[in-house]
Amino acid sequence: MLEIIDLTKKYKKLTAVDALNLTIKDGEFFGLLGPNGAGKTTTVRMISTLTPKTSGDIVIGGESIDRNLTSIKAKIGVVPQQNNLENEMSAWENLEVHGMLYKMPKEKRRQKIDEMLEFTELTDRKDDLTKNFSGGMKRKLMIARALLHEPELLLLDEPTVGLDASARRKMWDLLKRLKSNGLTVLLTTHYIEEAEVLCDRVGLIDKGKLLRLDTPNNLIEEVGKITVEYFADGKTHEEFFPTREKANEYAGSLEGDVRIRPSNLEDVFLKFTNRRVES
Amino acid sequence: MSGLYGILWQEFAVFKRKFVATSISFLISPILYLVAFGWGLGSGVEIDGGSYMAFIIPGIIGMSTMMTSFNNTASTINISRIFYKTFEDYMISPINMTVYTLGKIIAGAFYGIYSAFLIIVLVSVFTTDLIITPYFILIALLNCFVFSALGFLIGLLVNSHSDMAKFTSFVITPMSFLCGTFFPIDKMPEILRWFIYLLPLTHTNIALRLTGETAGQMVLHAGVLVAYLIVLFVLGARHCKKVE
Repeated sequence: MLEIIDLTKKYKKLTAVDALNLTIKDGEFFGLLGPNGAGKTTTVRMISTLTPKTSGDIVIGGESIDRNLTSIKAKIGVVPQQNNLENEMSAWENLEVHGMLYKMPKEKRRQKIDEMLEFTELTDRKDDLTKNFSGGMKRKLMIARALLHEPELLLLDEPTVGLDASARRKMWDLLKRLKSNGLTVLLTTHYIEEAEVLCDRVGLIDKGKLLRLDTPNNLIEEVGKITVEYFADGKTHEEFFPTREKANEYAGSLEGDVRIRPSNLEDVFLKFTNRRVES
Repeated sequence: MSGLYGILWQEFAVFKRKFVATSISFLISPILYLVAFGWGLGSGVEIDGGSYMAFIIPGIIGMSTMMTSFNNTASTINISRIFYKTFEDYMISPINMTVYTLGKIIAGAFYGIYSAFLIIVLVSVFTTDLIITPYFILIALLNCFVFSALGFLIGLLVNSHSDMAKFTSFVITPMSFLCGTFFPIDKMPEILRWFIYLLPLTHTNIALRLTGETAGQMVLHAGVLVAYLIVLFVLGARHCKKVE
């Protein structure tokens, strides 16, 4: 579905994305996980044609993308990190304009708008101006808008950033429903749980480079399924073990505050970079 | 064509919602200029044998259509690029950027046309000094499109709101005072007059007044505006294809 080949973006001295290679399969829910400034948004912006690439290639369904190639743009749906809804228009009007821009015939457009409002649970608020919406509702409407023209690939840039815990849970439910519909999705996030809950495969990205790419389970197994966390010399240390027995054995040799827990993607990231994702 | 229709539909949906506030704001400056310069300063003045009011009304229409068209397009584009990011939604949509350019310029020009309409209605209530011919309408329309196209280009090029204000101070405001809005440009020093003849608003103002112009001169004024429109449109569309 999506093939990224040696994709690079340089801004003067800074290399935001450094020779990135990855392939996303049809129907896959793929996550790019990394801290702020890792190059996730730049990657998404290059795929959505907003930011020109410095070198490399992005191929969607066998076609290289280009800003002025309108045919390929209709295959992509984008939910940017920042709200870009038209504030002075209602939810319905925002969707209507989007449908027109994507050249959807009127009947199909109207039917799809109803369907998407239903899917994102916004039918009751369809005539309200979007400037009066909460952060979570705006994000849901942006997802409805991105899906309206039935794209083959959906790009979600940090879909839950800035949402409170309950809105985030609701967003995850919505994204899980999307996943069960079999849409190909590229999601970027710096929330560990989000990547674990939603993604079939995860690419760990830091400083523009792809560090590891695998299923969340495989990545965790590679590091060690069990983590022993202990406090010494004024800071928290983590050690990783393939089994609980080995972890118990090691923990027994330690003094003070010791915690044994299942490993997560944060631990994987920490192991490869010595840095945390959610910091 | 549904893409172009979508852009215009969106603009109209927003316009509809702010109809009253927009209409009033379009009338405030023209009324102030008419009061201050027309009735106030100009009450005892005659220009080319006519009343000053008859002179200034076409000038105010030229100036107001310039400002309204320019400001609406420039600020809509600039704010949607820098602040609301709604510009990005058009960038990623399968709309040809030339169509987008056209749509935004038409929408901005519409605001100018609407402001001209309001001023004409207003002055028609208490004066018969204004004579509207098809040529007058053509020139007013061209003026709206030229300055909407300029607004589009500047909205794309300028990267902050304060720079936008500077452009207005350095280019738009001087044009409104120097291009024959309030007094005939023959009163200007000759060197300056040549420069002023190159500016689009000068041709609009002369053409809107139409005092004894030959057919050739009439074509020239319209031609200058058309040339400006084409150049600004092409520059705007080209820049739109590569803007980030």
